Amino acid sequence: MNNKDMSMNNPGGPGPGGSGPGNPGGANSGPSQKKLVSLQSLIGLAVALAVAAILVTLFPDNRERAVGTSLRFLIEMVSVLPAIVILIGLFAVFVPKKLVAEYLGHASGVKGFFLALLLGSLPTGPLYVAFPMAAAMLKKGARPANIIVFLTAWACIKIPQEMVELQFMGLKFTLLRFGLTIAAAGLMGAVTEGLMKRSE
Amino acid sequence: MNAATISVNLIALAALLGAAFKDKEKTGQALRLAVRSLVGMLPMVLTIIIIIGVMLEFVTTQIIQDLLGEESGFFGILTAAVIGSLMHIPAILAFPLAASLLEGGAAAGTVAGFIASLTMIGVVTFPVEVKELGVKMTLLRNGLGFLFALAIALLMGVLL
Repeated sequence: MNNKDMSMNNPGGPGPGGSGPGNPGGANSGPSQKKLVSLQSLIGLAVALAVAAILVTLFPDNRERAVGTSLRFLIEMVSVLPAIVILIGLFAVFVPKKLVAEYLGHASGVKGFFLALLLGSLPTGPLYVAFPMAAAMLKKGARPANIIVFLTAWACIKIPQEMVELQFMGLKFTLLRFGLTIAAAGLMGAVTEGLMKRSE
Repeated sequence: MNAATISVNLIALAALLGAAFKDKEKTGQALRLAVRSLVGMLPMVLTIIIIIGVMLEFVTTQIIQDLLGEESGFFGILTAAVIGSLMHIPAILAFPLAASLLEGGAAAGTVAGFIASLTMIGVVTFPVEVKELGVKMTLLRNGLGFLFALAIALLMGVLL
């Protein structure tokens, strides 16, 4: 049968419902289609709760302080997390991955380095989302060095992530680590490219 | 409420208003995405919160200091980097954990190395990376990432 119909017969309406509000990422729709809460994270929580319960029973004296400490960190997280996920959501919708890939494909030289840095720090999502993008760009002829820079920036210095770092680690720590990470990204890119060329 | 908290929230608010002004429908999508990821993150947030409480109040800070403090030297840095490489949690949840380690007496450089290895190196996602980028590039990226996590830790230790 003609499975063309599935995409053709969508007259005007807000989409066929099944795939939600339409995925801006196109092909890379994996993570957002997963179940909301993963089984692993629930198991992790259960284990942590069990350990905490055992410790609280064994050492009741520390209970109050531990609960206080946990609450203090919880409040700090609650005061930034909603803002962070909103920024992540906005980036995901308004900065399509395709655009990022397109720009990085053309990047070269010093400009390429900074472009890779910038593009890596813009979009969001876990690092493994970036691997297929990186692979596609490599195939299109992007320099391996820039791809490594892009991946390092994606992993270490994404903008919403840096805001959380600022909140918890302070300005001095954040700025210093930011600078060192940029330097490391450049060096890693250069070394990787050099070694990959040499072994070819 | 400190300055960072306030500015993050203001930036998010400004971005949200700007986005809504530009395209209401897309902004709605973004908000739904935000709620989804917040809900998805919740169990892990609670887990981290519990770990922090347990770590700071039951594990005596003496242990954290011995293992990751200034005195632990390079071995502490190495330990933190190995733990960071093995862990698989969203980066934004790594920072509260890192802050609690710092509070418990871990050295600042060691904590920076922990963050670097946690975010850069993925032992869990290694197979995905190999599939997409090939064995050679994956090994180079993760191997170099580990070395540079150590370098960042050492430099941060000197500079802070």
